[in-house]
Amino acid sequence: MNGAHDMGGMHGFGPVEDEPVVPIFHGEWEKKAFALTLACGGLGQWSIDEARYARERQPPAQYLDNTYYEQWLHGVETMLVEKGLITREELESGKAAGPGKVSALPADRVFKALQQGSPYLRDVSNAPRFAVGDTVRVLNFHPTGHTRAPRYLRGHVGTVVMHHGAHVFADTSATGDHDTAHHLYNVSFAAEELWGPQSQGGSVHADLWEPYLEPA
Amino acid sequence: MSGHDHHHHGHDHGHEHDHGHDHEHPRLSDLQLRVKALESLLVEKGLVDPAALDVFVDTYETKVGPRNGAQVVAKAWTDPAFKQRLLEDPSTTIKSFGFEGRQGEHMVVVENTDTVHNLVVCTLCSCYPWPVLGLPPVWYKSAPYRSRAVNDPRGVLADFGTTLPDHVEIRVWDSTAEMRYLVLPQRPAGTESLSEEQLAELVTRNSMIGVETVAYPPRREAAE
Repeated sequence: MNGAHDMGGMHGFGPVEDEPVVPIFHGEWEKKAFALTLACGGLGQWSIDEARYARERQPPAQYLDNTYYEQWLHGVETMLVEKGLITREELESGKAAGPGKVSALPADRVFKALQQGSPYLRDVSNAPRFAVGDTVRVLNFHPTGHTRAPRYLRGHVGTVVMHHGAHVFADTSATGDHDTAHHLYNVSFAAEELWGPQSQGGSVHADLWEPYLEPA
Repeated sequence: MSGHDHHHHGHDHGHEHDHGHDHEHPRLSDLQLRVKALESLLVEKGLVDPAALDVFVDTYETKVGPRNGAQVVAKAWTDPAFKQRLLEDPSTTIKSFGFEGRQGEHMVVVENTDTVHNLVVCTLCSCYPWPVLGLPPVWYKSAPYRSRAVNDPRGVLADFGTTLPDHVEIRVWDSTAEMRYLVLPQRPAGTESLSEEQLAELVTRNSMIGVETVAYPPRREAAE
C-alpha cells in the first residue's frame, strides 16, 4: 500500500540526530511495548509481514505522529484482536473474559527462540527468471495490500547484482499465507536513474522479489 | 516516527541527551497505562509469561549489541582468510561467533574501500541486523533518516559530521526484504600495532551502519 511508512525520497523531515548507544530504551513503557510484541510474536499466530502491515494500515497522520514503539504497540494490539487471541472489549477493559486459546512462550525458551529466528529461505521448483547482470524494471504497480517494493523504485530500471535464492514472499505472507516463496534478487539502481540530474551519484540497492520485476 | 519525534526534538545530543524524556512525551502517561493494561490482560489470559518479558529486554540491553559486530569487523581486519569467508558466506561466518537468529537470519556484509562507501537503511520500517548490532537507534527508525538516506546520502553523512571525497561512490542498501546488511568499515591508518581486541574497541555502531568512518584515535567513545 502507498502508506506513510514508505518514506524513501520524501522531503521535509529535517536533519538526522545522532544519539549514544545507551540507553537502548527510553522509559519503561518502551521496554514493555518491545517485549510484549516479541512475546506475542512468539505465539506463532502471525508472520512479521502481517505485523508490519498492521502498523502500515494506520491512518497516515497517526503513523507519522507516533514514536516508534507506538507503531509496535498499535501493531501487536491489532494482531491480537484480528487473530482472535483477545477481543476488542478485553483490550479496552484490560480484563480477561476467559483464558487464552494458546500457551505463552515460557521465559526459559526465549533465548533459544531468538537464536533460532525464522529463516525465510525456501525451496521452489521454478528456476530463477533473472540472472546476475540482467537488466530489470520494477513494475509500475500500486497494490493496496502489503508490499516491499518501495514507491521510489517503481518503474525504474536497475541491474541484478545478487540472487539470494527463494524467500517467503512478503506480499502474500502479510495475508496469512506463510508458504508462498519467490526468487529474491538484489538490484542496483544508479542514483541518477532514480533522482535525475539532482542525484548525488552512486547507487541504491534493494532486495526485490521476482513478481516485482520485468525484463528491461 | 515523525519529524516531530517526541523523543528527540529540541535538544542537542550531548551528555544530557536522556534528560527529561519522561516529561517530553505528551502521551506518556496514556502509553504507560496502555502497556500496563495490555500486559496484565495477556498475563491473566496465559498468553504472556511475565518472566519472558524481562528476558527479551535483558537480552538486548546487556547481551546482544554492537560489540558483537565490532568483534567481527576487527577479526576481518586482522585475518584475510576470515575476511574472505565473511564476504563470501556472511551468515555462516558470523554464526561461528554465536551471533545468529532473529533479524539476522540472512546476512550480507558490504565492504568499504578507498572508492566505495556503503550506507544501510530501511526506508519501509526498521530492518536492522540485530545479532551483530542489537536494536536500532531511534534515528535509524526515524523519518529523517528513512526519507533522506536514499536520495541525499551525503547530506545524511554530513549530519553525522562525515565528509567523503567526491570520487567515492556511495552505495545505499535499502533493507526491503529479510536480508540484513552489515558494513565492514575501513581499518584506520596508524593501527598496525593494535591487537584485535584494541581494534574492536575502535569500531562504532555508526561505522557499521555506514554513517561514519572508523577513526584512530577514536573521535568519541566507541559503541558499547
